[in-house]
Amino acid sequence: MAIWVDENTKLLCQGITGSTGSFHCKQMMAYGTDLVAGVTPGKGGQTFEEKVPVFNTVAQAVAETGANASVVYVPPPFAADAILEAIAAGVELIIAITEGIPVLDMVEVKAALKGSGSRLVGPNCPGVISPGKCKIGIMPGHIHLPGRVGVVSRSGTLTYEAVGQLTALGIGQSTCVGIGGDPVNGTNFIDVLEAFNDDPDTDAVIMIGEIGGNAEEQAAAWIEANMKKPVAGFIAGTTAPPGRRMGHAGAIISGGKGTAADKIAAMQAAGIKVADTPADMGSALASLL
Amino acid sequence: MKIHEYQGKEILKSYGVPVPRGQVAFTADEAVAAAESLGGDIWVVKAQIHAGGRGKGGGVKLARSVDEVRALADEILGMQLVTHQTGPEGQTVRRVYIEEGVDIARELYLGVILDREKSRICFMASAEGGMEIEEVAARDPDAIKKEWVDPIVGLADYQARNLAFALGLEGKAVRNAVKFMKALYRAFVEKDASLAEINPLVITGAGGVIALDAKINFDGNALYRQKDVLGYRDLDEEDPKEIEASKFDLNYISLDGTIGCMVNGAGLAMATMDTIKHYGGDPANFLDVGGGATTEKVTAGFKIILSDPNVKGIFVNIFGGIMKCDIIANGVVAAARELGLEVPVVVRLAGTNVELGKKILAESGLKLTAADNMAEGAQAIVRLTSGE
Repeated sequence: MAIWVDENTKLLCQGITGSTGSFHCKQMMAYGTDLVAGVTPGKGGQTFEEKVPVFNTVAQAVAETGANASVVYVPPPFAADAILEAIAAGVELIIAITEGIPVLDMVEVKAALKGSGSRLVGPNCPGVISPGKCKIGIMPGHIHLPGRVGVVSRSGTLTYEAVGQLTALGIGQSTCVGIGGDPVNGTNFIDVLEAFNDDPDTDAVIMIGEIGGNAEEQAAAWIEANMKKPVAGFIAGTTAPPGRRMGHAGAIISGGKGTAADKIAAMQAAGIKVADTPADMGSALASLL
Repeated sequence: MKIHEYQGKEILKSYGVPVPRGQVAFTADEAVAAAESLGGDIWVVKAQIHAGGRGKGGGVKLARSVDEVRALADEILGMQLVTHQTGPEGQTVRRVYIEEGVDIARELYLGVILDREKSRICFMASAEGGMEIEEVAARDPDAIKKEWVDPIVGLADYQARNLAFALGLEGKAVRNAVKFMKALYRAFVEKDASLAEINPLVITGAGGVIALDAKINFDGNALYRQKDVLGYRDLDEEDPKEIEASKFDLNYISLDGTIGCMVNGAGLAMATMDTIKHYGGDPANFLDVGGGATTEKVTAGFKIILSDPNVKGIFVNIFGGIMKCDIIANGVVAAARELGLEVPVVVRLAGTNVELGKKILAESGLKLTAADNMAEGAQAIVRLTSGE
């Protein structure tokens, strides 16, 4: 088992004919992901890589292929609409890779998600991978190793760094989830932690956060009250100055809130083993096994 | 993105939010002309910089004659205004706003922000106008009344009334406040604002509700559809290195240290700064070259980092992932050759073809040190720049 994506995931890609979408679709297919459909409005009837049918609408793609997950590579001005279309078509899992979606668009998407049967991961995230089973997103497949550690993170390349360290130590991963660096996203740390807590094939979790907001503090409180499995962690941005957005729209210390020190203190108080430096993420997790 | 107070008021006025009459001036002569055309016998001369705390820093003053307007404009234009948000060096004042006097009965606070936790726009009101909302929140959280807006419905009248009554307003002032808040909400949403602070929100003797100050920030992701907001950008208020970086789609932020950093990905870039600090160094910048680190971007990144005279060495930390390390290594070598790099550069590469990448660096004949991992790279650059 793993969480959310595995060998039974039938994936459709929104934005399959764009340059980013087509590049990563080929990578996902090479990894073994079951890509069953693509959607680009106006390009229905085409075939991607001589194998994957392209549809005009998500509803059509779902009806004809039985796709149960969608990955969104649609450019920012149209990405929120693409997510709304996937929600309306009843896609269970929507993974939005797109970076730079206006935040008020996401406020509307978030309202549309409420009461729907869909889960959104992202936007502005690397995606979700269950090593050896299914890769959805832009992460490099080859750095992963099948195993029993869950990884959850707000960042892309920093997740690769953590995964690379785990793999180098011979520690495999059950599922790695990038929740994204935007202030409004579909899935938060607690959603992922709950799923890992219930997954019989995950033994421990590493949670990688960064400055801004208070998602890490809330996750720490949830872990203290509910988590049955050991958790290691890291927070990026100890040296970040206040009031400056550090790349990610959500990574900003404002009004004295959202500092790395506050987050680290909350995590340690909840019994999480926090790595001193990002170079120690793998060894911090290893010390819990 | 930030804009000036007078620009924020222009936007608010266009949505029907009441603001005092005023005119911007770039010289003392223009300030005098503004005061004369506004008329009346009392004016406020307000320094226009992007930082808050202008009043306490001496950038907002009252004038009771046109001569006084001239004297104050002379004094404020060109001054280095230091506030709690500018840093000790302050910010040069290049424009002043001349505003008519307002009959102030009460000073309140009204703020509109995105509540990340609830994923909704939140209105915050407090009776303590002129105070920093964080201070009020820390001292007495109950003194702040909040309303969260359903994005499908918009700010409802009853929510605006709840806020008005919580502020202790009565009669005509309640109706005016509801109109004010609904107009402010429309401006916020239609212009893709990320923050709007009206501090103080003034109740006049006649029960009018008026924005005496206006601080509005905008969502950078939405600027592609807000061309008029983009027109308000004031490059004098931004770091020249950050402006240059934005031309290449690089994410750069100046810091005070001596070790330049070039990293792909924001999280890893922050983590790299943290690692340098952990080993006793001080990062000179945050720089995210983005997912695809091309030769052009790496070259532009080096140029920007080197334009900072404090930089004594550079740490390049690239987790290639899908990108091949040999391609990145070639980019680094080409950029280093083109620029004739003289400071030490430590390069950490991870991903596909890492051995080939290291070979390219080693055989380049340049002052490039390859590192196997992040900790080793950070230690190496700290050692090479500390003169040991």
